[in-house]
Amino acid sequence: MLPESLPQSLFDKLWQSHVVQAQSESTPAIIYIDLHLVHEVTSPQGFDMLRDRGIAVRCPERTLATLDHSTPTLPPGDDGQRPYITKQAQRQVQTLRDNCREFGIELHDWDSPSRGIVHVMGPELGATQPGMTIVCGDSHTSTHGAFGALAFGIGTTEVGHVLAKQCLLQNKPKSMRINVEGKLADGVTAKDLALNIIRYLGMNGGTGFVIEYAGEAVRSLDMESRMTLCNLTIEAGARAGMIAPDETTINYLRGRAKVPQGEAFEQVAEKWLQLASDLEAEFDSEITLDGSAMRPAITYGTDPGMSVAIGEPVPEATNTTQEKALQYMGFHGGQSMSERKVDVVFVGSCTNGRISDLRAAANVLRGRSVASHVRMLVVPGSENIRKQAESEGLHEVIIAAGAQWRLPGCSMCIAMNGDMVPAGKTAVSTSNRNFEGRQGAGSRTLLASPETAAASAVMGCVAGVSDLEPAREAS
Amino acid sequence: MQAFTKLTGPILVLEQENIDTDQIIPARFLTATDFDGIGEHAFADWRLDDNGEPIPGHVLNRAGARNSPILVGGHNFGCGSSREHAPHALMGFGFRVVISSQLADIFRNNSQNVGLLPVVLEADQHAALLQMDGEEITVDLEQCRVRVRTADGAEQSWAFSIDPFARHCLLRGLDRFDFLNQAEDAIVAYEESR
Repeated sequence: MLPESLPQSLFDKLWQSHVVQAQSESTPAIIYIDLHLVHEVTSPQGFDMLRDRGIAVRCPERTLATLDHSTPTLPPGDDGQRPYITKQAQRQVQTLRDNCREFGIELHDWDSPSRGIVHVMGPELGATQPGMTIVCGDSHTSTHGAFGALAFGIGTTEVGHVLAKQCLLQNKPKSMRINVEGKLADGVTAKDLALNIIRYLGMNGGTGFVIEYAGEAVRSLDMESRMTLCNLTIEAGARAGMIAPDETTINYLRGRAKVPQGEAFEQVAEKWLQLASDLEAEFDSEITLDGSAMRPAITYGTDPGMSVAIGEPVPEATNTTQEKALQYMGFHGGQSMSERKVDVVFVGSCTNGRISDLRAAANVLRGRSVASHVRMLVVPGSENIRKQAESEGLHEVIIAAGAQWRLPGCSMCIAMNGDMVPAGKTAVSTSNRNFEGRQGAGSRTLLASPETAAASAVMGCVAGVSDLEPAREAS
Repeated sequence: MQAFTKLTGPILVLEQENIDTDQIIPARFLTATDFDGIGEHAFADWRLDDNGEPIPGHVLNRAGARNSPILVGGHNFGCGSSREHAPHALMGFGFRVVISSQLADIFRNNSQNVGLLPVVLEADQHAALLQMDGEEITVDLEQCRVRVRTADGAEQSWAFSIDPFARHCLLRGLDRFDFLNQAEDAIVAYEESR
């Protein structure tokens, strides 16, 4: 009888099935990449490398490009020109356009009905599929792990490698499983779940690991929530997070543009459903958390691990890193978070810019008004989401409440396109990073769910949904 | 890529923990389509005022800062985004080595790819270096050792580990792509086997 093969984790299986050349004592493994997502910021020097060496893109059909980071979210002016923040930003967009034309890559340009933030668009088109290896010159590529893919961010040199050879040089990371048992309470979102996990691990607790999320609280999340959770994996330092595919995954993908259609889909879906960690699989680290005890969270500091439950005061600093964070944020230990006046609210990004996020924000805003001193931007994650939201009338609710309804893009999450938070001002943001200056030099970012962000916009201070007065009746 | 074998020079210490890539190179400087001149924007929000003038007294603006080839950063240096602009900005500023007690995964990979030597030391060794701002040390990639003279005058030699392939490429100034390129037969075989 053949010896039984060792039990494997989902990550082990994805890794092993993509090894082109095994890792040795002196060389890394060569890993095949199924899908390479490309955007304007981290790709130009990668394409230059191809030109310098006179080589083509190996698999244009495995490469998918979009415009998202440097793009304005305001429409063209009367002159028909889009309001790029700088000529350089406009040139960067044009460079991607030229590169995609030269190398034969599918680009979702301004005129594409599917253009969107790279990590929103890939899943929406069904380009993201279970069992794949997916990379992009962007750390939030971890998002795609929600589908049971091995997905992680890479640097620009590696973008060049994948364009040229469809492969990457990698050492195999360690594995971690995070089981979240129990049910999340009403009002506790995937963003809250992720912030609770990052608080537990710390912003570097996942460094060197690939994380698999499991347990009842994870299994019961819908796909958009799973994407939010996996998206934020990098904020604990882990390059990739993943969730084994199940019926939720299959139902989300069925009928999408880039998956097989009809009977062919059902056949491949059967294979996808086999992708799971073996019962006896071992992990380098395993953690179990109680999801039922988790509460809506908001960050107070300058890394995503520094969060409290809504309603709790700012914690006392216990080391110089926390002291410095509180000083930057203008908080002191023991202070009530609700004392903080909010200047800006941002709903959007690859973390929380999907239709369920916009519905959640609109539900809070319906029959209410954004406080007069608050500037609120709602930025859909893609053109498809924008159209869906508009067909549901969400944009009317958002505009009637006094918020701005923008065109899709990364916008104020990374503040490259001119959408930014002024120095010293406080933003409640549904994005992924609260680093110093992330949303503009001197900006102070509080990360939270769309529900909390919208509630804070209405109250004009840090607030949760439970702090709201009942909404006005619709007239 | 420029080869790296051994280097002796003064260290510049940024002891703050969790120095993220948004600090190393703020996102507004990412719209260029090349890395030329990006070192001028390294740590822009720390060392430059609103008019782009150096802030007096900042450690990154002291005389000789740009001639300090070794950056010693606090724990978990380079966390955050995948922007390769970060190691390029550090090299453009003048650094050839970055030392910490922990480096973020993507930052470390990016550094190896562009020729910035990433060195991870034990916590106590790192803590000692944090107290030695401006002093000369030697980083020897051939021996995988950091050599320092501590405050009590004792010579110390600390081993560090680095991915063997990264070391191989850095020592010889090899582009990692060439290794990938030589695997063409294996790639074709893999593609045909699917």
